[in-house]
Amino acid sequence: MTALADNPLLAFDLLLALAIAGLAVAALTVRDAFAMIVAFLVFGTLVALAWVRLVAPDVALAEVAVGAGVTGALLLRALAHLRGGSLSGRAAAPRAAAPTPAGTLGVNAVLAALATLALGLAWLGTSPGATGLETPVAAAMGQSGVEHAVTAVLLNFRAYDTLMEMVVLLAAVIVVWQVERGAADAPRPAMGEIYQGFARVALPVAVVAGGYLLWIGAEAPGGAFQAGAVLAAVALLILMSRIYRPRAAHRLVLRGGFVAGAAVFAVVALAVSGAGRVAFEYPPAHAKTLILLIEAVVTISIAATLAALFYGREPLSAAVPSSANRGKAQ
Amino acid sequence: MPDILGMSLMGAGALFFVAGSVGLLRFPDVFCRLHALTKADGLGLALICAGAALGAESPGEGLRIALVWAFVALASATGSHMIARHARRSGRPGRPEVRA
Repeated sequence: MTALADNPLLAFDLLLALAIAGLAVAALTVRDAFAMIVAFLVFGTLVALAWVRLVAPDVALAEVAVGAGVTGALLLRALAHLRGGSLSGRAAAPRAAAPTPAGTLGVNAVLAALATLALGLAWLGTSPGATGLETPVAAAMGQSGVEHAVTAVLLNFRAYDTLMEMVVLLAAVIVVWQVERGAADAPRPAMGEIYQGFARVALPVAVVAGGYLLWIGAEAPGGAFQAGAVLAAVALLILMSRIYRPRAAHRLVLRGGFVAGAAVFAVVALAVSGAGRVAFEYPPAHAKTLILLIEAVVTISIAATLAALFYGREPLSAAVPSSANRGKAQ
Repeated sequence: MPDILGMSLMGAGALFFVAGSVGLLRFPDVFCRLHALTKADGLGLALICAGAALGAESPGEGLRIALVWAFVALASATGSHMIARHARRSGRPGRPEVRA
């Protein structure tokens, strides 16, 4: 009873933890791929809620936008591709699920056990009540150029890691464009007039919301990854409603968009070095300008990359479909 | 006083969510389920947003909550329309597994 009095949300937290674990089990054990994806999406949303309860709103925003939103769209897109263009269609009847090879199970079990062991050791090795890196970060905030600790860490104190994250995204889109070369542009269902009207109202507002998230990231939860995910969602809606269709001639611009984030990031990092500074050591007077410049370009790159991953292939001139797909889509 | 009012609005909103979820689980086909879900959850969300807006620290925050409500309502109406449209066109509206 005392625990409940100390923390009135304890019951909620326990329920949340149970639901997350249950959804993880469901996502792994359900045999229908569509149900699996839905369980995973709900799982992502609840994990975001858990981050909110841990007072980590930045992670929560990123988790719900990327982990639940964009990843969900990618998974559903992949499933539609596997089932020949339809999600619910049983055209490709669900094959009797092949049993997972024992070797795969064993390797996964060992890896999961190692990760659990490492986390447990890290937890046991931390003295209770330790403040972690909070104090050093708070002490260095004055020279970071921004007022929000998470943005200071991501774009300044550990900017190298963030640059590597951009390179990972770039590598992903390069692989997708290589692997899916020449895949046919499967007809997608026409979305209808209601959807078109919704897109006309929602898309401009979502673009403004993305810009707001980017700008507010300097002083409050938000930033490049969250803004990029929102803009990627806009791009997904545009792609699905066929307002814009990628064409072979646009590849140069698209490649520029994919590369810009990592390139500008690296150029700024190198340009500020020299004269006694190391790479990523921004001059304090210009730190905020440089960070916002990097974040703006990184946002565009993230949005372009995530949208390209959703589109799933390099746009080739032969793959441009005629509008004849619209009527027979169902 | 605004606290009590806000909490009771949110509590009422949560009740509507529970009702919508019960409808989703108990109703026989995709159209009935959409009907229960969108109506009840739409009102539930409006009540919860109203409760949250009462506790907003600035007018700007209240405005953002109102925007959240407006766009979730729009998106949910559009989404349920598309689910219903797909269910009707695929010709087997009674099939329970067609639901979202």
